[in-house]
Amino acid sequence: MDLTSILLLLAGLAVGAFLFGRSRAQALGGGVGAARNLHSLPDYYGYFAALCAVLPPLMVLTLWAAFEERVVLALLANGLPDHLQALSPGQLDLFLNSVRNAASAASVPADPVLAAATDEYLSLGRSSRWLLSGLAVVLGAGGVAAAWRSIHPAFRARNRVETAIRWFLIAASGVAVLTTVGILLAVSFEALRFFRDVSLSEFLFGTTWSPQAAIRDDQIGSAGRFGMLPLLSGTLLIAVIAMAVAIPVGILSAMYTAEYASTRVRALARPVLEILAGIPTVVYGFFAVLMVAPWIRTIGESLGLNVAAESALAAGLVMGFMIVPLVSSLSDEAIRAVPASIREGAEALGATRSEIALDIVLPAAMPGIVGGILLAVSRAIGETMIVVMAAGLAANLSFNPLESVTTVTVQITTLLVGDQEFDSARTLAAFALGLVLFIITMLLNVVGLGYVRRYRERYE
Amino acid sequence: MRTPSKANDVAADAGGGPEFPVGDPSAPDPCIQIRDLNAWYGDIHALCDVGFEIGHGEVLALIGPSGCGKTTLLRCLNRLNDAVEDARVTGEVTLDGQNIYSGSVDPVALRARVGMVFQKPNPFPKSIYDNVAYGARIHGLASDRAELDEIVHTSLERVGLLKEVRARLDEPGTDLSGGQQQRLCIARTIAVDPEVILMDEPCSALDPIATAKIEDLIDELSAEYVIVIVTHSMQQAARVSNRVAYMNQGQLVEVGETDRIFTNPLHKLTEDYITGRIG
Repeated sequence: MDLTSILLLLAGLAVGAFLFGRSRAQALGGGVGAARNLHSLPDYYGYFAALCAVLPPLMVLTLWAAFEERVVLALLANGLPDHLQALSPGQLDLFLNSVRNAASAASVPADPVLAAATDEYLSLGRSSRWLLSGLAVVLGAGGVAAAWRSIHPAFRARNRVETAIRWFLIAASGVAVLTTVGILLAVSFEALRFFRDVSLSEFLFGTTWSPQAAIRDDQIGSAGRFGMLPLLSGTLLIAVIAMAVAIPVGILSAMYTAEYASTRVRALARPVLEILAGIPTVVYGFFAVLMVAPWIRTIGESLGLNVAAESALAAGLVMGFMIVPLVSSLSDEAIRAVPASIREGAEALGATRSEIALDIVLPAAMPGIVGGILLAVSRAIGETMIVVMAAGLAANLSFNPLESVTTVTVQITTLLVGDQEFDSARTLAAFALGLVLFIITMLLNVVGLGYVRRYRERYE
Repeated sequence: MRTPSKANDVAADAGGGPEFPVGDPSAPDPCIQIRDLNAWYGDIHALCDVGFEIGHGEVLALIGPSGCGKTTLLRCLNRLNDAVEDARVTGEVTLDGQNIYSGSVDPVALRARVGMVFQKPNPFPKSIYDNVAYGARIHGLASDRAELDEIVHTSLERVGLLKEVRARLDEPGTDLSGGQQQRLCIARTIAVDPEVILMDEPCSALDPIATAKIEDLIDELSAEYVIVIVTHSMQQAARVSNRVAYMNQGQLVEVGETDRIFTNPLHKLTEDYITGRIG
């Protein structure tokens, strides 16, 4: 019996238990419509019975899914012929692996020992499934029996069901939180391994980024340099250029759509602006590298400037346009949230449209706009594809927008592309960079949300 | 007329009809003259052939059941309906003889002459000082900081707020209590030195003590400004106004001296309203 059938069986069990629990409650209450004699509505007794029937088997199922493979392999290893048992752990692992591969392949392996082991593996798996099915049915039936015993008119089924729902919701939100914590821990541990090789101060304050790792110990120039300042400066430079585009264009366009445009123009303009947000970043990337960068270069050189083929300016400009919809949407929301009464107050004083917009509405909407800007900054710092394609890879510690720079995200990408050893400083550096990136964006969010909250209290 | 007005039917039922309004619509020394004023929001006929005068030195109270067009009428007097997308106004409103709906009148200049205080206090998200100074600034009433200070202080003084906020002029106006906020809004309005102040239920969001303060203030201000006040409280209308206009379903039913209206209403609808039978 496979997993799907077991789940279907449990679903059937749940429905049966529900009907059973409900009719049992109705019978105890003195027939249909006698809910008055019961503590809870009959349906709640049904839900309670269904939960009793399904939860224990589901828990066993989860544990089984987590440990089945390991237990089966251990059993298989114990049953192997002596000459195989004598193998070193590494070789044994290798053998077990080939057993698993053979099991998932259609053909029978040529080696008789392997074929026997594969058969054994498959039959162990089958009995495990049967055992599981049996256990699920027994537990489910036990649950129904327990429910039958506890259902009586004074039994508080509703409270039990409410509690179960609460735990279910807690578990759902727990998944999100645990994922975040898990990622953070994983990144932190790998980053710690990196800091065993490279000192924290060199990483944070070093001015040279050249992440080579030696393949042989005697290689010349084997020592990589892991100073992240050039990456930070590049990230900062591109983010600043992007925000210099996105903040004015975003806020002004939001000002137009929220304050000036008629309903009809607005209904047209907003979706068009938001289409910009739907363009994949890789499209922006080649737009930057094939059109904007050459264009900047041509203009720069006609002015007698020395412009790199891949410049921070090109990447920053295009990234700025990518972020415009984000800033614009959030600013539009913030502006429209300003109470109409304030706007009318200014209008009744004789303020013109632009005076209302700039003097009254903009300051009132500022907290929301700042929140949007901080989100946009996080986005600019975390954005990868455009900069990979358009900003280059040269780790220059420079604030000249016409030079080629590189960013934290670009370096993470390049460090992890291709074949990697997972214990070299070069690879581990990616985790350290990821950790720094995470900390920066988290701080931005905390500061931004704090700012927004403080203002909100004041103006509500 | 785009839609048949419900107001007309009711008027006919009540035996009113074309002779609306009853009472005395003219004022001896008119400041505002309203003639054949009609207003629509989309298909809703919100004001129907309204015509009367508001005199200099007068406090006129607009009363009537909810949705009868009091606020719409008020907003026609400073052309605040201009910005409402589907609003349409026809007819004539003259301020000192000049039709404010003629093409030559700039709404910005008009609003410097006709100020407005709203139902819910709506201070700007700015400091107390800037709230009061804002109107003076945008109309260029002060040539330097000292003059602006003078305007702000006088205005706050006149609404009795100066002694309460003198030490915290830099704090946000939104930090004040509801009654203080409303007085701040009045100070903001008189800082521009208008001729007329429109008030749209200025006390409906306030407690009785704050209400009493605002009513005293209206009394004081009436020496200098023409005041048109929308109110739901008959007692308030009786306390603060010298004339009353009663509206019902977009039509002006009766206008007259406050004492006369409350003691001897001419129209059945007015009588029903002030005795609490409708509304």
